[in-house]
Amino acid sequence: MSEIRAEMVANVWKVVAAEGDTVSDGDTLVILESMKMEIPVLAESSGTLARLAVAEGDVIQEGDLIAVIQ
Amino acid sequence: MPESVLVANRGEIALRVIRTARRLGIRSVAVYSEADAGLPFVAAADESVLIGPAPPARSYLDADAVLAAARQTGARAVHPGYGFLAENAAFAERVIAAGLTWVGPPPAAIGQMGDKISARNLMEAAGVPVSPGSRVPVPDAAAALAEARRIGYPVMIKAAAGGGGIGMSAADGPAQLEAGFETARSRAERFFGSPAILLERFMPAARHVEVQILGRADGAVLALGERDCSVQRRHQKVAEETPSPGVRPALRAAMLAAGARAGEAVGYRGAGTVEFLVDEQAQEFVFLEMNTRLQVEHPVTELVTGLDLVEQQFRIADGEPDTVSEVTVTGHAIELRIYAEDPKRFLPSPGTITAWAQPSGPGVRVDAGYAAGNTVTPFYDPLLAKLCVHGADRAQALDRARAAVAGFVITGPRTNLPFHAELLASAEFSSGAYDTSVIESMRRHT
Repeated sequence: MSEIRAEMVANVWKVVAAEGDTVSDGDTLVILESMKMEIPVLAESSGTLARLAVAEGDVIQEGDLIAVIQ
Repeated sequence: MPESVLVANRGEIALRVIRTARRLGIRSVAVYSEADAGLPFVAAADESVLIGPAPPARSYLDADAVLAAARQTGARAVHPGYGFLAENAAFAERVIAAGLTWVGPPPAAIGQMGDKISARNLMEAAGVPVSPGSRVPVPDAAAALAEARRIGYPVMIKAAAGGGGIGMSAADGPAQLEAGFETARSRAERFFGSPAILLERFMPAARHVEVQILGRADGAVLALGERDCSVQRRHQKVAEETPSPGVRPALRAAMLAAGARAGEAVGYRGAGTVEFLVDEQAQEFVFLEMNTRLQVEHPVTELVTGLDLVEQQFRIADGEPDTVSEVTVTGHAIELRIYAEDPKRFLPSPGTITAWAQPSGPGVRVDAGYAAGNTVTPFYDPLLAKLCVHGADRAQALDRARAAVAGFVITGPRTNLPFHAELLASAEFSSGAYDTSVIESMRRHT
């Protein structure tokens, strides 16, 4: 199981993947926006997206959980 | 001179406009979002009005909220700064219709230059050199492929209503073009509210050089010199200097004349910037776009000319006919944009500033938007301050820049100060022989 956490304060612009999806290492899960820049959040391993902890429009803090891959 | 001015912006540029307003005896009104309540520009203004929550669409881009603040405070003029509503012709019209002084160019000029395709066509007609490119919007990927065959690869894909490098990408061939086109179109729609795309021949080893113009109230358009803005990451400027080390006298004269002609073609008034791409080898240039507002990097022009461009904007907006007629350029100036971002990958780094100590001394000017204790939020651009230096020549300006960077302390968010130290130490930048690929090429060596 791998947890993906936010590297910085950001707004969640787009949620690309959905819970239950099969994802591969490097797939884009979510696109964040901070300081007028888009930052894709990528899967760091292959597996099933067990949990997606953010929704579009959320403001997330550094260290917040974004997703869990199993 | 207007009795009072509402500054419809935030951060360093709001503070910079307020500073000149104060010197000229103009009462200043700041507007701010909930996220910015603690920033220096709010405290510096004579009055301040909270206009909404943090997201720009609900505060700094909310024309109704800004105009309501002007009515509430009795402000007689509106200065838009750069970004936000500065190049919104409809907003400028509303300011004027409300009986207020718009400290900016005529709304028609904003509209004509705001669309990159219309601007290119207009410049071509005015005899300003333009690169091979689209004369009408490119509707789909198939049309883009046909257009690229006509123009010749590599091509640059751009949003017609765009700016700030957003949605821009270069394509070396059809496969890259098809992929880039779709991305560009979705970004154009999202950021600029228009899916119109244009293609232009891409000049890989170009310098990005712009001309500062000033349209006087009597109709004369002056060119005040150029700025080299080739140091860029993600097509966004990081450092600028004047004069450009890549522009020889004959090219400079031709570019300044073209800049003035561009302004005359749209009846320009006030401060504006005409951007060009320069082929240094051939000493040739093509029109890129015009920014119908005060530019971020205007301080380098102020340092070498002794002019206060914001003062000029106020005087011209008020109808003073002959505010400046001749400029003399003295020495060399460099601006370094201090961003809240990591210095290697240039990723945003918001956070609370725990310490802030800025350099001072001969030839050093810092236009800052933040101070210790302020929080840098993810809602706006990452610009913390502009570190500007002036020297008798480029060598002295470089020395002063190196010392000033070493003496600038900001803790809390990561900043690109280490990047600027790296840039100023690099052979590429120090020699002056660089183009828009300077960041990649200096890192190839390290």
